[in-house]
Amino acid sequence: MRPAKSDRMMQLSVNKDLSAARNAAFSPKTLAQLPQGVSGILDRLDLPEDVARRLMELGFLPGQVIVPARSAPGGEPRVYRVDGSEVALRRETAARLILRSAARDAGRTRKS
Amino acid sequence: MSDCHGCAGCSVASAARPARAGTRPHVVAIIGPPNSGKSTLFNRLTGLRQKVANFPGVTVEQRVGRAKTKGDREIMLVDLPGVYSLNPRSEDEQVTRDVLAGEMAGIPKPDAVLLILDCTNLARHLVLAAPILALKLPTLVILNMADDLASRGGKVDTAELAGELGAPVALISAAKGDGVEKVFQFMEGTAAGTTSLTVPKVELPVLQDIPRCRQWAQQVGSGAAYQAPAPPLWTRRLDGLFLHPVAGLVIFAAVVAGVFQTIFSLAKPIMDGLQSLVEISGQWIQNVMPPSVFRSLLVDGVWHGVGSVIVFLPQILLLFLFIGILEDSGYLARAALIADRTMAKFGLQGKSFIPLLSAYACAVPAIMATRTIESKRDRLATILIAPLMTCSARLPVYTLIIAAFIPEHRLLGPLLGTQAGALLALYILGFAAAIITAKVLKSSVLKSERTPFVLEMPPYRMPTLRSLGIRLYDRSKIFLHRAGTVILVVAVVLWVLLHLPLHNGKAPDIGESFAGMIGHAAEPVIKPLGFNWKIGIGLISSIAAREVIVGTLGTIYAVEGSEDSAGLRHALQHELSPGGAVALLIFFAFAMQCMSTVAVVRRETGGWKWPAVQFAYMTFLAYVCALITNEVVGSGVLKVMARL
Repeated sequence: MRPAKSDRMMQLSVNKDLSAARNAAFSPKTLAQLPQGVSGILDRLDLPEDVARRLMELGFLPGQVIVPARSAPGGEPRVYRVDGSEVALRRETAARLILRSAARDAGRTRKS
Repeated sequence: MSDCHGCAGCSVASAARPARAGTRPHVVAIIGPPNSGKSTLFNRLTGLRQKVANFPGVTVEQRVGRAKTKGDREIMLVDLPGVYSLNPRSEDEQVTRDVLAGEMAGIPKPDAVLLILDCTNLARHLVLAAPILALKLPTLVILNMADDLASRGGKVDTAELAGELGAPVALISAAKGDGVEKVFQFMEGTAAGTTSLTVPKVELPVLQDIPRCRQWAQQVGSGAAYQAPAPPLWTRRLDGLFLHPVAGLVIFAAVVAGVFQTIFSLAKPIMDGLQSLVEISGQWIQNVMPPSVFRSLLVDGVWHGVGSVIVFLPQILLLFLFIGILEDSGYLARAALIADRTMAKFGLQGKSFIPLLSAYACAVPAIMATRTIESKRDRLATILIAPLMTCSARLPVYTLIIAAFIPEHRLLGPLLGTQAGALLALYILGFAAAIITAKVLKSSVLKSERTPFVLEMPPYRMPTLRSLGIRLYDRSKIFLHRAGTVILVVAVVLWVLLHLPLHNGKAPDIGESFAGMIGHAAEPVIKPLGFNWKIGIGLISSIAAREVIVGTLGTIYAVEGSEDSAGLRHALQHELSPGGAVALLIFFAFAMQCMSTVAVVRRETGGWKWPAVQFAYMTFLAYVCALITNEVVGSGVLKVMARL
């Protein structure tokens, strides 16, 4: 149970280097594995066509930078920052959003 | 502008207008992504009252209103549900597509379109511009939330954007009213037929390819020197609090408890005032009019029947005020997020939480709000359980019985008293019955795959007095309309039934009147629940609408002549045993006594099957639970009395 303040500071302190270093250390493969405040780049959506389209309309497009933000108490669903808006997804859905490998996105991460 | 040949020409034009309006009005559709401010703009343009909420997908039906431009042209405005694209997946998107294609019965194909986009998130919202511009209708691209964009340091060149898109662009703030005159000017132009289509600088993308559309939007945005605003810091700070693992849950619980306590304590003095006003005015009529059958009908029938229901208006308005604040501020979307895990356990999803919460106000709009749920089975399950949520029509019944039977003590310091606690318990009871029913339905007849929960979180916004005022005005109108129609008719019919058949030209005792006979006929069925025949008359009359029972009992006791300041409450204390009183509360918690709900369920499910099943189930549940309650509470009270 982290107090809200230090949590915010952690989010603010995330910069390109730190995020790349973390990504290299954990090498998260899906959005569900990405820690809060660490950005990742979406590679593809491993979901049925209609669900994938809905998510793409909300900004979950391959190549987009996604940052996991707050979750509901209990850890699920989680809010994700993507393309200027915030969208809540359950873990089961986030686990189907495949990220680009850390090596590739280290150079591409941009401010979100 | 159109060629105007002086005033003579104008008068000819205006004289010709009514005939033209009769055949084909100038139709303008408002379209945009969820939460972009469509309904707010619609209210600005038409002045027609309609629901606005800071939650994606609240406008579920297309709404129609009329606007007048400066040139006195009348325009038919259609407010459409929010969509991200024109590929229909939910009922909402289907409605939007149908209206735009001219395939919606009763609504002519729009002559022009107002495309409203949230300019704090322009690059993404512009994606919707592609399919709309492809319709080749005269379109005004409205960039809403201009004040937010400016205060967060964003920028956009509207002239450039207009060139890129080949459509006029207006930067406005619908909530504040800034720039709305540009929208009127545009509609004036399209109505006069002077707006011509221009060719966009940037070619439209292939519509089915979302990544291409997004690229196109990016290109258009950078062409118009769009600078995205800084992230909404306040929204993030507030989310840190409202979604905090501990504080978030505490706040959630405190909000709910606070709402109920306020409804009770804040509304009480106002209601007491109204109550004495009804009594004093009734007394006054009694004094000025000569004794006659008509005076009795007016005072005992109409005044006491309708008056005893009108007294509850302040309480109902307070409830709607709180739900309005929660919706407009954006907290409701967070509540849906917090509720999703719990809802998932019962086979539903967080999106079902929103209709269920608004069912606390009224089941009818709640059932219409289920249209945002994509899964047909989830939607049906939500419709079936919505009337179990404690709607505002139950409030008068609950308040009356609680005030009569439950003494007020402090329960949790000044925060919660026993009476508010009892009310809260009844609300929780309704909710529990609803989700347990959902679980049963979702694990049997309505079993389906888990559908993904995808919900956009709107930024927090300060609810405007204007929007809240419109809600309360609307609600008062509906409530008073009901008091003036359904409740009035029931009161008059009841008064007649109480005064017939005549015995030697005189009204009979209540027990021998037609109403009494009906009550006596029902008594064997309801006696096990602890209700006598007078309560029976109330129950039968309340099949039309729940709150009618309060009016009915008001009339019965007025006719009986038991009149003092707390007449109804005192009379009830004589009529009901404690077991019967609690059983009556339980009965009202579960029974589906609302014809409006039955009608809307029939419309939304497309037949009589589901409303019939629902009515039978809820009545059965109400009867059995009231029976058990009466037995348990009745024997419990006897035991306590034996011990004393």
